[in-house]
Amino acid sequence: MADLHFELVTPERLVRSEDVYMVVVPGTEGDFGVLAGHAPYMSTLRNGDIAIYRSGMSDTPERIPVEGGFAEVNAQGLTVLAERADTPA
Amino acid sequence: MATLKSLKGRIASVKSTQKITKAMKMVAAAKLRRAQQAAEAGRPYAERMGQVMESLAGKVAISDQSPKLLAGTGRDQTHLLVVCTSDRGLAGAFNSNIVRAARRQAEELIAQGKTVYFYLVGRKGRAVIQRLYPKQIVHQFDTGAIKQVSFADAQEIAADLIDRYITDGIDIVHLLYARFQSALVQEPTSRQIIPVPRAAEGIAASGGADAGVEYEPDEEEILAALLPRNIAVQIFRALLENAASEQGSRMTAMDNATRNAGDMINRLSIQYNRTRQAAITTELVEIISGAEAL
Repeated sequence: MADLHFELVTPERLVRSEDVYMVVVPGTEGDFGVLAGHAPYMSTLRNGDIAIYRSGMSDTPERIPVEGGFAEVNAQGLTVLAERADTPA
Repeated sequence: MATLKSLKGRIASVKSTQKITKAMKMVAAAKLRRAQQAAEAGRPYAERMGQVMESLAGKVAISDQSPKLLAGTGRDQTHLLVVCTSDRGLAGAFNSNIVRAARRQAEELIAQGKTVYFYLVGRKGRAVIQRLYPKQIVHQFDTGAIKQVSFADAQEIAADLIDRYITDGIDIVHLLYARFQSALVQEPTSRQIIPVPRAAEGIAASGGADAGVEYEPDEEEILAALLPRNIAVQIFRALLENAASEQGSRMTAMDNATRNAGDMINRLSIQYNRTRQAAITTELVEIISGAEAL
Protein backbone atom coordinates (compact mmCIF):
# COMPACT_ATOMS: atom_id res chain seq x y z
CA MET A 1 0.00 0.00 0.00
CA ALA A 2 1.27 3.42 -0.90
CA ASP A 3 2.49 5.53 1.97
CA LEU A 4 0.73 8.60 3.22
CA HIS A 5 2.59 11.85 2.83
CA PHE A 6 2.34 13.62 6.17
CA GLU A 7 3.36 17.16 7.05
CA LEU A 8 3.15 18.82 10.43
CA VAL A 9 3.89 22.53 10.46
CA THR A 10 3.70 25.22 13.13
CA PRO A 11 4.18 28.96 12.60
CA GLU A 12 7.72 28.55 13.91
CA ARG A 13 8.89 25.65 11.79
CA LEU A 14 8.24 22.59 9.69
CA VAL A 15 8.14 19.85 12.30
CA ARG A 16 7.65 16.74 10.17
CA SER A 17 7.54 16.02 6.48
CA GLU A 18 7.69 12.35 5.72
CA ASP A 19 5.91 9.33 4.26
CA VAL A 20 4.23 7.20 6.89
CA TYR A 21 1.68 4.42 7.15
CA MET A 22 -1.01 6.09 9.21
CA VAL A 23 -1.55 9.17 11.33
CA VAL A 24 -4.19 9.54 14.03
CA VAL A 25 -5.22 13.16 14.42
CA PRO A 26 -7.14 14.62 17.39
CA GLY A 27 -10.06 16.36 15.65
CA THR A 28 -12.51 18.58 17.53
CA GLU A 29 -15.20 15.99 17.08
CA GLY A 30 -13.09 12.98 17.80
CA ASP A 31 -9.88 11.33 16.71
CA PHE A 32 -9.58 10.20 13.14
CA GLY A 33 -7.02 8.05 11.45
CA VAL A 34 -5.71 8.89 8.00
CA LEU A 35 -4.31 6.29 5.65
CA ALA A 36 -3.09 6.83 2.11
CA GLY A 37 -5.92 7.51 -0.33
CA HIS A 38 -8.17 9.11 2.26
CA ALA A 39 -11.06 11.18 0.90
CA PRO A 40 -10.63 14.99 0.97
CA TYR A 41 -11.30 16.10 4.49
CA MET A 42 -10.85 19.16 6.63
CA SER A 43 -11.11 19.43 10.38
CA THR A 44 -10.15 21.66 13.25
CA LEU A 45 -7.97 20.20 16.00
CA ARG A 46 -8.37 20.01 19.72
CA ASN A 47 -5.39 19.87 22.03
CA GLY A 48 -4.07 16.35 22.11
CA ASP A 49 -1.53 13.94 20.71
CA ILE A 50 -0.92 13.15 17.09
CA ALA A 51 0.04 9.50 16.75
CA ILE A 52 2.27 8.56 13.85
CA TYR A 53 2.44 4.92 12.78
CA ARG A 54 5.59 4.65 10.70
CA SER A 55 5.28 1.32 8.96
CA GLY A 56 2.16 -0.50 10.15
CA MET A 57 -0.47 -0.97 12.80
CA SER A 58 1.87 -3.00 14.98
CA ASP A 59 4.24 -0.06 15.45
CA THR A 60 4.51 1.80 18.69
CA PRO A 61 3.25 5.16 17.47
CA GLU A 62 5.29 8.31 17.88
CA ARG A 63 3.21 10.81 19.82
CA ILE A 64 3.50 14.55 19.29
CA PRO A 65 1.36 16.82 21.48
CA VAL A 66 -0.26 19.60 19.45
CA GLU A 67 -2.43 22.56 20.32
CA GLY A 68 -5.11 24.01 18.08
CA GLY A 69 -5.04 24.40 14.34
CA PHE A 70 -6.29 22.49 11.34
CA ALA A 71 -5.80 19.29 9.45
CA GLU A 72 -6.39 19.00 5.74
CA VAL A 73 -6.44 15.83 3.71
CA ASN A 74 -6.20 16.17 -0.03
CA ALA A 75 -4.88 14.13 -2.92
CA GLN A 76 -1.31 15.06 -1.96
CA GLY A 77 -1.61 13.76 1.59
CA LEU A 78 -2.25 15.02 5.08
CA THR A 79 -1.21 18.49 6.21
CA VAL A 80 -1.56 19.43 9.86
CA LEU A 81 -1.30 23.13 10.61
CA ALA A 82 -0.93 23.27 14.38
CA GLU A 83 -0.51 26.35 16.50
CA ARG A 84 1.97 24.57 18.69
CA ALA A 85 3.70 21.24 18.60
CA ASP A 86 5.96 20.08 21.36
CA THR A 87 8.77 17.94 20.11
CA PRO A 88 12.05 17.31 21.83
CA ALA A 89 14.04 17.96 18.68
CA MET B 1 45.15 73.45 0.43
CA ALA B 2 44.08 71.74 3.61
CA THR B 3 46.33 72.22 6.59
CA LEU B 4 48.00 69.30 8.29
CA LYS B 5 45.91 69.79 11.37
CA SER B 6 42.57 69.77 9.55
CA LEU B 7 43.60 66.65 7.60
CA LYS B 8 44.50 64.90 10.82
CA GLY B 9 41.11 65.84 12.23
CA ARG B 10 39.30 64.47 9.22
CA ILE B 11 41.20 61.21 9.31
CA ALA B 12 40.30 60.78 12.97
CA SER B 13 36.64 61.50 12.31
CA VAL B 14 36.40 59.11 9.36
CA LYS B 15 38.11 56.48 11.49
CA SER B 16 35.55 56.78 14.23
CA THR B 17 32.74 56.64 11.66
CA GLN B 18 34.28 53.49 10.30
CA LYS B 19 34.31 51.99 13.76
CA ILE B 20 30.60 52.67 14.11
CA THR B 21 29.67 51.24 10.72
CA LYS B 22 31.81 48.21 11.40
CA ALA B 23 30.09 47.62 14.72
CA MET B 24 26.67 48.06 13.12
CA LYS B 25 27.59 45.58 10.44
CA MET B 26 28.59 42.97 12.98
CA VAL B 27 25.45 43.50 15.01
CA ALA B 28 23.34 43.24 11.85
CA ALA B 29 25.16 40.07 10.84
CA ALA B 30 24.48 38.48 14.21
CA LYS B 31 20.83 39.51 14.16
CA LEU B 32 20.50 38.47 10.55
CA ARG B 33 21.35 34.89 11.33
CA ARG B 34 18.53 34.62 13.83
CA ALA B 35 16.04 36.58 11.75
CA GLN B 36 16.86 34.53 8.70
CA GLN B 37 16.30 31.29 10.57
CA ALA B 38 12.97 32.54 11.86
CA ALA B 39 11.89 33.71 8.41
CA GLU B 40 12.87 30.48 6.73
CA ALA B 41 11.30 28.34 9.43
CA GLY B 42 8.07 30.30 9.11
CA ARG B 43 7.80 29.86 5.37
CA PRO B 44 6.46 26.30 5.18
CA TYR B 45 3.55 27.10 7.48
CA ALA B 46 2.57 30.25 5.62
CA GLU B 47 2.90 28.49 2.29
CA ARG B 48 0.83 25.48 3.34
CA MET B 49 -1.72 27.80 4.86
CA GLY B 50 -1.88 29.77 1.63
CA GLN B 51 -2.33 26.56 -0.35
CA VAL B 52 -5.05 25.30 1.93
CA MET B 53 -6.83 28.64 1.71
CA GLU B 54 -6.53 28.84 -2.02
CA SER B 55 -7.84 25.36 -2.58
CA LEU B 56 -10.66 26.02 -0.14
CA ALA B 57 -11.49 29.29 -1.82
CA GLY B 58 -11.60 27.44 -5.11
CA LYS B 59 -13.97 24.76 -3.80
CA VAL B 60 -16.39 26.65 -1.63
CA ALA B 61 -19.39 27.92 -3.47
CA ILE B 62 -19.67 31.67 -3.11
CA SER B 63 -23.07 32.84 -2.02
CA ASP B 64 -24.43 35.90 -0.27
CA GLN B 65 -23.87 34.22 3.04
CA SER B 66 -20.20 33.53 2.38
CA PRO B 67 -17.86 35.27 4.77
CA LYS B 68 -16.70 38.59 3.38
CA LEU B 69 -13.07 37.73 4.00
CA LEU B 70 -13.40 34.92 1.51
CA ALA B 71 -15.79 36.28 -1.06
CA GLY B 72 -14.88 39.95 -0.92
CA THR B 73 -17.39 42.73 -1.14
CA GLY B 74 -18.02 42.17 -4.82
CA ARG B 75 -16.39 45.47 -5.71
CA ASP B 76 -12.80 46.51 -6.28
CA GLN B 77 -13.12 50.23 -5.80
CA THR B 78 -11.32 50.86 -2.53
CA HIS B 79 -7.88 49.39 -1.96
CA LEU B 80 -5.96 49.32 1.25
CA LEU B 81 -2.19 48.93 1.04
CA VAL B 82 -0.61 47.52 4.16
CA VAL B 83 2.96 48.74 3.95
CA CYS B 84 5.43 47.05 6.29
CA THR B 85 8.66 48.92 6.90
CA SER B 86 11.20 48.94 9.68
CA ASP B 87 11.48 51.34 12.59
CA ARG B 88 15.07 52.22 11.99
CA GLY B 89 16.98 53.64 9.11
CA LEU B 90 20.57 53.07 8.08
CA ALA B 91 19.55 49.91 6.29
CA GLY B 92 20.49 50.89 2.78
CA ALA B 93 17.62 51.11 0.33
CA PHE B 94 15.48 48.69 2.35
CA ASN B 95 12.71 51.07 3.36
CA SER B 96 12.78 53.19 0.25
CA ASN B 97 12.43 50.10 -1.92
CA ILE B 98 9.29 49.04 -0.12
CA VAL B 99 7.87 52.54 -0.19
CA ARG B 100 8.69 52.83 -3.87
CA ALA B 101 6.87 49.58 -4.59
CA ALA B 102 3.89 50.83 -2.57
CA ARG B 103 3.91 54.07 -4.45
CA ARG B 104 4.06 52.40 -7.82
CA GLN B 105 1.13 50.20 -6.96
CA ALA B 106 -0.82 53.15 -5.57
CA GLU B 107 -0.19 55.16 -8.72
CA GLU B 108 -1.37 52.29 -10.88
CA LEU B 109 -4.55 51.89 -8.88
CA ILE B 110 -5.22 55.61 -8.83
CA ALA B 111 -4.68 55.73 -12.57
CA GLN B 112 -7.43 53.11 -12.85
CA GLY B 113 -9.70 55.39 -10.89
CA LYS B 114 -9.55 53.43 -7.64
CA THR B 115 -9.38 54.85 -4.17
CA VAL B 116 -6.25 53.95 -2.25
CA TYR B 117 -5.63 54.03 1.47
CA PHE B 118 -2.53 53.16 3.42
CA TYR B 119 -2.06 51.20 6.59
CA LEU B 120 1.48 51.51 7.85
CA VAL B 121 3.35 49.01 9.95
CA GLY B 122 6.61 50.45 11.22
CA ARG B 123 7.81 54.01 11.35
CA LYS B 124 10.00 54.49 8.34
CA GLY B 125 7.51 54.61 5.52
CA ARG B 126 5.49 57.36 7.09
CA ALA B 127 7.40 60.45 6.01
CA VAL B 128 7.30 59.75 2.29
CA ILE B 129 3.77 58.42 2.14
CA GLN B 130 2.43 61.24 4.24
CA ARG B 131 4.02 63.77 1.92
CA LEU B 132 2.59 62.12 -1.19
CA TYR B 133 -0.82 61.05 0.09
CA PRO B 134 -1.43 63.16 3.19
CA LYS B 135 -5.07 62.21 3.67
CA GLN B 136 -4.93 58.55 2.81
CA ILE B 137 -3.18 57.04 5.81
CA VAL B 138 -5.81 55.29 7.87
CA HIS B 139 -3.58 54.03 10.62
CA GLN B 140 -0.03 53.45 11.65
CA PHE B 141 0.68 50.36 13.67
CA ASP B 142 3.51 51.08 16.07
CA THR B 143 6.10 48.33 16.16
CA GLY B 144 8.59 50.37 18.21
CA ALA B 145 8.18 48.30 21.36
CA ILE B 146 8.53 44.95 19.58
CA LYS B 147 11.97 43.41 19.70
CA GLN B 148 11.29 39.96 18.36
CA VAL B 149 8.24 39.63 16.15
CA SER B 150 5.76 37.21 17.67
CA PHE B 151 2.64 35.65 16.30
CA ALA B 152 0.59 37.62 18.82
CA ASP B 153 1.69 40.90 17.21
CA ALA B 154 0.61 39.61 13.82
CA GLN B 155 -2.74 38.57 15.26
CA GLU B 156 -3.21 42.04 16.69
CA ILE B 157 -2.57 43.64 13.31
CA ALA B 158 -4.82 41.10 11.62
CA ALA B 159 -7.67 41.74 14.03
CA ASP B 160 -7.35 45.47 13.49
CA LEU B 161 -7.29 45.02 9.72
CA ILE B 162 -10.34 42.77 9.72
CA ASP B 163 -12.19 45.31 11.85
CA ARG B 164 -11.40 48.02 9.39
CA TYR B 165 -12.21 45.83 6.46
CA ILE B 166 -15.67 45.17 7.77
CA THR B 167 -16.51 48.66 9.03
CA ASP B 168 -14.63 51.01 6.69
CA GLY B 169 -15.92 49.82 3.34
CA ILE B 170 -12.60 48.61 2.00
CA ASP B 171 -12.81 46.16 -0.87
CA ILE B 172 -9.35 44.75 -1.36
CA VAL B 173 -6.35 44.60 0.94
CA HIS B 174 -2.79 44.20 -0.29
CA LEU B 175 0.20 43.43 1.88
CA LEU B 176 3.59 44.89 0.95
CA TYR B 177 6.85 43.70 2.42
CA ALA B 178 10.38 42.79 1.38
CA ARG B 179 10.81 39.12 0.70
CA PHE B 180 14.15 37.91 1.97
CA GLN B 181 16.25 36.12 -0.60
CA SER B 182 19.77 36.66 0.62
CA ALA B 183 21.74 39.29 2.50
CA LEU B 184 22.26 41.00 -0.85
CA VAL B 185 18.83 40.60 -2.41
CA GLN B 186 15.53 41.57 -0.85
CA GLU B 187 12.62 41.75 -3.15
CA PRO B 188 9.72 44.10 -2.44
CA THR B 189 6.61 41.95 -2.73
CA SER B 190 2.95 42.74 -2.86
CA ARG B 191 0.26 40.18 -2.31
CA GLN B 192 -3.46 40.36 -1.94
CA ILE B 193 -4.64 39.06 1.42
CA ILE B 194 -8.30 40.04 1.51
CA PRO B 195 -10.30 38.59 -0.13
CA VAL B 196 -8.37 35.34 -0.45
CA PRO B 197 -6.97 35.04 -3.96
CA ARG B 198 -8.61 32.09 -5.66
CA ALA B 199 -6.50 29.38 -7.18
CA ALA B 200 -7.42 29.63 -10.83
CA GLU B 201 -5.18 26.80 -11.95
CA GLY B 202 -5.78 24.96 -8.69
CA ILE B 203 -9.36 24.31 -9.65
CA ALA B 204 -8.34 23.06 -13.05
CA ALA B 205 -5.64 20.83 -11.59
CA SER B 206 -7.72 19.23 -8.87
CA GLY B 207 -10.71 18.93 -11.15
CA GLY B 208 -14.17 18.19 -9.89
CA ALA B 209 -13.03 15.14 -7.98
CA ASP B 210 -11.99 17.16 -4.92
CA ALA B 211 -15.26 18.99 -4.76
CA GLY B 212 -16.66 16.65 -2.15
CA VAL B 213 -14.49 17.78 0.73
CA GLU B 214 -15.87 16.79 4.08
CA TYR B 215 -15.74 19.36 6.82
CA GLU B 216 -15.74 18.82 10.51
CA PRO B 217 -17.37 20.52 12.48
CA ASP B 218 -18.79 22.20 9.35
CA GLU B 219 -17.82 24.48 6.53
CA GLU B 220 -18.88 27.77 8.06
CA GLU B 221 -17.23 27.13 11.38
CA ILE B 222 -13.98 26.08 9.77
CA LEU B 223 -13.97 29.07 7.48
CA ALA B 224 -14.80 31.41 10.34
CA ALA B 225 -11.77 30.15 12.22
CA LEU B 226 -9.48 29.72 9.27
CA LEU B 227 -9.95 33.03 7.48
CA PRO B 228 -8.77 35.40 10.24
CA ARG B 229 -6.01 32.98 11.06
CA ASN B 230 -4.79 32.93 7.49
CA ILE B 231 -4.52 36.71 7.50
CA ALA B 232 -2.58 36.68 10.75
CA VAL B 233 -0.27 34.03 9.33
CA GLN B 234 0.37 36.00 6.16
CA ILE B 235 1.12 39.11 8.18
CA PHE B 236 3.35 37.19 10.54
CA ARG B 237 5.25 35.85 7.59
CA ALA B 238 5.60 39.33 6.13
CA LEU B 239 6.94 40.65 9.42
CA LEU B 240 9.47 37.84 9.70
CA GLU B 241 10.63 38.27 6.12
CA ASN B 242 10.86 41.98 6.69
CA ALA B 243 12.93 41.57 9.84
CA ALA B 244 15.39 39.34 8.02
CA SER B 245 15.48 41.64 4.99
CA GLU B 246 16.11 44.65 7.18
CA GLN B 247 19.11 43.07 8.86
CA GLY B 248 20.44 41.75 5.57
CA SER B 249 20.07 45.12 3.93
CA ARG B 250 21.69 46.86 6.88
CA MET B 251 24.58 44.46 6.90
CA THR B 252 25.29 45.06 3.22
CA ALA B 253 24.89 48.81 3.58
CA MET B 254 27.22 48.95 6.56
CA ASP B 255 29.74 46.73 4.85
CA ASN B 256 29.80 49.19 1.96
CA ALA B 257 30.07 52.11 4.33
CA THR B 258 32.99 50.50 6.14
CA ARG B 259 34.75 49.91 2.86
CA ASN B 260 34.12 53.44 1.69
CA ALA B 261 35.45 54.78 4.97
CA GLY B 262 38.58 52.67 4.50
CA ASP B 263 39.10 54.09 1.01
CA MET B 264 38.63 57.57 2.31
CA ILE B 265 41.13 57.03 5.12
CA ASN B 266 43.67 55.82 2.58
CA ARG B 267 43.13 58.83 0.39
CA LEU B 268 43.35 61.24 3.26
CA SER B 269 46.48 59.58 4.65
CA ILE B 270 48.24 59.95 1.31
CA GLN B 271 47.22 63.57 1.12
CA TYR B 272 48.37 64.08 4.70
CA ASN B 273 51.77 62.53 4.04
CA ARG B 274 52.27 64.51 0.84
CA THR B 275 51.35 67.74 2.57
CA ARG B 276 53.69 66.93 5.43
CA GLN B 277 56.53 66.18 3.05
CA ALA B 278 55.88 69.35 1.07
CA ALA B 279 56.04 71.35 4.29
CA ILE B 280 59.37 69.76 5.25
CA THR B 281 60.81 70.39 1.79
CA THR B 282 59.75 74.02 1.88
CA GLU B 283 61.33 74.43 5.29
CA LEU B 284 64.57 72.82 4.12
CA VAL B 285 64.71 74.98 1.04
CA GLU B 286 64.23 78.00 3.22
CA ILE B 287 67.04 76.98 5.59
CA ILE B 288 69.45 76.09 2.77
CA SER B 289 68.81 79.23 0.80
CA GLY B 290 69.19 81.19 4.01
CA ALA B 291 72.51 79.53 4.69
CA GLU B 292 73.70 80.17 1.13
CA ALA B 293 72.84 83.81 1.34
CA LEU B 294 75.21 84.26 4.29
